[in-house]
Amino acid sequence: MSEAKEPNHFLRIVLWWLVVTVIGTALIVFVVGPGLPPGNGSVEASGQVTDNTVLLALSVPVAAAVLVYLTYALIVFRERNPEVIVDGPPIRGNPSIQLWWLVTTTVLVLFLAGYGTVRLLADGSGGGQGPNPIAAPSAAKGDPPLQVQVIAQQWQFTYRWPAYGGVETPHLELPANTLVEFHVTSLDVIHSFWAYQLGVKADANPGQDNIAYVTTKGPLTVNIRCAELCGVWHGYMYDTAHVVSKTDFANWIKGQQTEFAPATKTLGPYSKSYFPEPQRRGG
Amino acid sequence: MYNTAPRERRREMSASGKRVFGALIATAIVCVAIGLYIALYLTNVPGSAAAVQSSSGTSLYLATVPAAELSDPHPTWVSYYVTNASDTNWQHDTTFVLPANTVVHVTIFQYDGDSGLRNPFLGQAQGTIGGTFQLNGKTTQAIDPDSASHVFAVPAIGLSVPLEGVPDSAKNPCSNAPCPLSMDHETISFTFHTPAKGLYRWQCFVPCAAGFIQGFGGPMQTVGYMDGFIKVV
Repeated sequence: MSEAKEPNHFLRIVLWWLVVTVIGTALIVFVVGPGLPPGNGSVEASGQVTDNTVLLALSVPVAAAVLVYLTYALIVFRERNPEVIVDGPPIRGNPSIQLWWLVTTTVLVLFLAGYGTVRLLADGSGGGQGPNPIAAPSAAKGDPPLQVQVIAQQWQFTYRWPAYGGVETPHLELPANTLVEFHVTSLDVIHSFWAYQLGVKADANPGQDNIAYVTTKGPLTVNIRCAELCGVWHGYMYDTAHVVSKTDFANWIKGQQTEFAPATKTLGPYSKSYFPEPQRRGG
Repeated sequence: MYNTAPRERRREMSASGKRVFGALIATAIVCVAIGLYIALYLTNVPGSAAAVQSSSGTSLYLATVPAAELSDPHPTWVSYYVTNASDTNWQHDTTFVLPANTVVHVTIFQYDGDSGLRNPFLGQAQGTIGGTFQLNGKTTQAIDPDSASHVFAVPAIGLSVPLEGVPDSAKNPCSNAPCPLSMDHETISFTFHTPAKGLYRWQCFVPCAAGFIQGFGGPMQTVGYMDGFIKVV
């Protein structure tokens, strides 16, 4: 009586891997992806959702290879009779598998590096780019972007509007469907301006002008938080911003100019950055 | 030849038992220490002071001084205090208990010199009824940012009132708490609507912490001096 023929384990594993990969990738792209953060509150936020989906989808084949092989080995290669457990034959390596692994992971990493670079160069992806941004998106109609200076201080964000007489406001409202150019700076320590639903995050450093772009979409409520541990009240350094229609924004900024006219008179000239002054009592 | 294996095993078990016992004791001590630390942290709630209720409404009297009283753990730190209408009953607490959805009259006796605002924008009052405050009896909307000594701000409800500093030329300045009204001071008063029930933190925005980096360490980062809470009940 002849021994039962050993099945082609490699082929079976590859087939299982293909099935898991196809199902997993489809789930990521069509089910999980649309719900990934930070949502679709701006063009940049939507781009980040796409990026997160691509990264997650590309990780599926790799994770599936590891998990399918592990599961297959646990089920199929399990020795049910502990009396016959012996060491298996020594592994001498498998150049072809090693080559495949090397080539696959290298291609994957290089692709991701290229993809990330292209995406960043497109519009900055909502990140702070320093004082000389290399990824400056242009507005659809060629209008100049709306400049908003974000001034961080322990422990509150305020906002200054150079296009509206340099008025400063305690809260942020933005017009819908507009390219906004944030100039993020700090008056004391390092903070980070994180407008979650807009997909914007930019460090606020004293004496530095950190520029980030965002193109707003429709009306939206935006949670703003400081994302850099900045002192005892860091956890309370938040604000709620709104993206509103252009008409509502025009009315709002006009009202702010009137309300804060006394303070505007005492503000210094608009500057891209500030150093922590005065320091009369500073040690 | 005798077989000594069982006795050695007993000895080995005894030694390993001692190690396990020691480890258990050490673990228990660490757990108790952590528990004590957490219990002390949770029970160490800063003191609070309630607003004064009278026929004329709800009032809160505060004072700001260049330095806490000499018996304070930090006698050189700038600080807020709770006081009364005649400025005679000083209490070193910075949690103020106020009724919800009520108009509260706040009076601050300000004894400290100026430090200057880092953000001049905060030289304008915000969130008070009428958008103004009384500075020594005079209705005021904004002060010169350079002359600010402190700010009383509750960012979550948009309240922010700058406190004018005592001029350098003052003849009778106060150095340490408590400070009587006979000494040089500025009187700032304002009214505001309290929000719904909750705990709201307040802070100063002037870099007034003498000797600390950028004037923003020490008392500016410590509840009980230039920070605290409004407990709305």
